Amino acid sequence: MSAHSMDGRDGAPAGADAHGMHGHAPQEAHGSMKSYVIGFVLSLVLTAIPLFVVLNDWLEGTPAYMVLLGCAVLQFVVQLIYFMHLREEKKPRYNLMALLLGLVILVLIVGGSMWIMTYNQIGL
Amino acid sequence: MAYAKEHLSGPADVHVDGHSGSHDTGHAGGHADGHADLESMRVTGFWLFLITDVILFSTLFATFIVLRGNTDGRVTGAELIELPGVIASTFILLTSSFTSGLALLAMNRGSRGGLIGWLAVTALLGASFIALEVTEFVHLVHEGATITTSAYWSSFYTLVGTHGVHVSIGLVWMLALMIQLGMHGITSVTRRKVNVIGLYWHFLDVVWIFLFTLVYLMEVM
Repeated sequence: MSAHSMDGRDGAPAGADAHGMHGHAPQEAHGSMKSYVIGFVLSLVLTAIPLFVVLNDWLEGTPAYMVLLGCAVLQFVVQLIYFMHLREEKKPRYNLMALLLGLVILVLIVGGSMWIMTYNQIGL
Repeated sequence: MAYAKEHLSGPADVHVDGHSGSHDTGHAGGHADGHADLESMRVTGFWLFLITDVILFSTLFATFIVLRGNTDGRVTGAELIELPGVIASTFILLTSSFTSGLALLAMNRGSRGGLIGWLAVTALLGASFIALEVTEFVHLVHEGATITTSAYWSSFYTLVGTHGVHVSIGLVWMLALMIQLGMHGITSVTRRKVNVIGLYWHFLDVVWIFLFTLVYLMEVM
């Protein structure tokens, strides 16, 4: 088994047995049918909820915004975990760290712009 | 000698995946590990690219949110947006995110046919998403909402259009990858490329979810 797995790692042609379990580079995604189906169902549900809220006028104003944004953020988390396999990353977790940095910048840009421009409009 | 050098220069986690028992296979083993590790570093490099894309989209989202009220007394999104088409494209993109995952699973089984087949399904779904988006844009322009109509529409077209361009680039990339897979089969290089395009595709799906929520749903609410 271990001799075969070394062949698989060397990028040999697509032999069925060499690629069974051991053909992965350390940080590549594994995933399983189960995790993809769970992720897909969750993302369908998280898309349907805001849709129903808006189409049926179930909520208005701030609560509606909170539900809509909350579902979008949860959808992001679902895709990261079930589709992009962020949790399977080996240490040191550079991908996660890069992502966190990106999110800090995102919150600064979007939140900061909204904050300062709201004040600008009050001043008008 | 060359074997030792590979291991000294490589990052510390070269052997994490349980192959430390195979040291005695000598140079060939060391080379395979170094190669696999380079591919995984390329995946991390792609994550860094995705982070720069996060920053790009966050500036466009910020612009749209700030300018969404500036309609210059002209036609607004709430008046023109037709939700059914947008809902259809949302579920199409969600499904394509799932099928790109199925492509990855087919690859892990070693099935080249399954891999190329699911990539083709993903690309077809992506193409129908783009077709719906172009139809929507044409409809909006006919109704008198062009990119120069107001600050609202400028930021709308820039934000939605940038996402559409990303999906279109992904389509071309996916076709090229399918050709490569047909020529070379599943190797450590094409394997990494499939992983990377999967990440790209899931990322675009996430961006679309935020577009759908902030630009479309909150507009018609």
